[in-house]
Amino acid sequence: MKRAVWTLGIFAGLVLLLAVGLRLNPREVPSPLIGKPAPTFELPLLIEPDKRFSEKHMLGKVWILNVWASWCPPCLVEHPVVTQVSRAGLAPVVGLNYKDTREDALPWLKRNGDPYQLIVFDANGRIGIDYGVYGVPETYVIDRQGVIRYKHIGPITADVVRSEMEPLVRKLNAGG
Amino acid sequence: MRAASFIILFWVGCALAQDPALDRRVANLAHEMRCLVCQNQTIAESNAPLAVDLRNQIREQLAAGKSEREVVDFMVARYGDFVLYRPPLKATTLVLWAGPFLFLVVGFYVLARFLRGRQVPVPRLSADERTRAAKLLE
Repeated sequence: MKRAVWTLGIFAGLVLLLAVGLRLNPREVPSPLIGKPAPTFELPLLIEPDKRFSEKHMLGKVWILNVWASWCPPCLVEHPVVTQVSRAGLAPVVGLNYKDTREDALPWLKRNGDPYQLIVFDANGRIGIDYGVYGVPETYVIDRQGVIRYKHIGPITADVVRSEMEPLVRKLNAGG
Repeated sequence: MRAASFIILFWVGCALAQDPALDRRVANLAHEMRCLVCQNQTIAESNAPLAVDLRNQIREQLAAGKSEREVVDFMVARYGDFVLYRPPLKATTLVLWAGPFLFLVVGFYVLARFLRGRQVPVPRLSADERTRAAKLLE
């Protein structure tokens, strides 16, 4: 009797461990950048190479940074959602074109539409490293003080926007 | 002029590439870090573009005179403790470090109980049996 209770207890524990453990997504590595100031950059624009842009220009605004590349299939998957977010005017969406070439990126935008307020061009991925990018697409929400408040790895979905990004951006916009 | 600068660049490149001590330091560090794209390889083993970039980043920083500690801090600031194959011991990693020992202790406890349960008690002889046995042995 006692042995049966023990065995059952251990079995239940194992089931619980696996039920939780197997549901976690090992690709979602918690970013140490949340709550830290967005790493500084000064990059040329993708479309107008002679102009440059820095994250400092966005101080005072809540904004969204979306890392994408034309060689990245999931970026194409999330593109309609990014477009939707930008059209709805939730927040300005800045693109960071990651380890791409203009020859590939510009036709990609022409084919799929350009929802970005502007796009910076990180050809060698050096700024990507500063932002801890490892699986494009990645999306950041940055607050008025220039602090990273949220990071999503992988394609954003309508569900992620509705349940996570929208409430956060609203809160940041309301809270000063 | 252009040829000259090319030759200079070439020599600088060779000098950078032919530094076995630096190579060894880069390799040592790269073996300590997890590639985030292919999570069960180190960035020394992986050929994912990000792993190549991070290896170059390690080389550049070490060549620029930074210490191993500084390079590790650089990576952890961007990718978190997850990037380290030997994460530091702190509150969030306590289970990770202590878990195996906990399992070991629990395992020994269960084993000890199991073995004790299997022990057949040695039958005690009564006084009569003792005298009989003594007689037989004489």
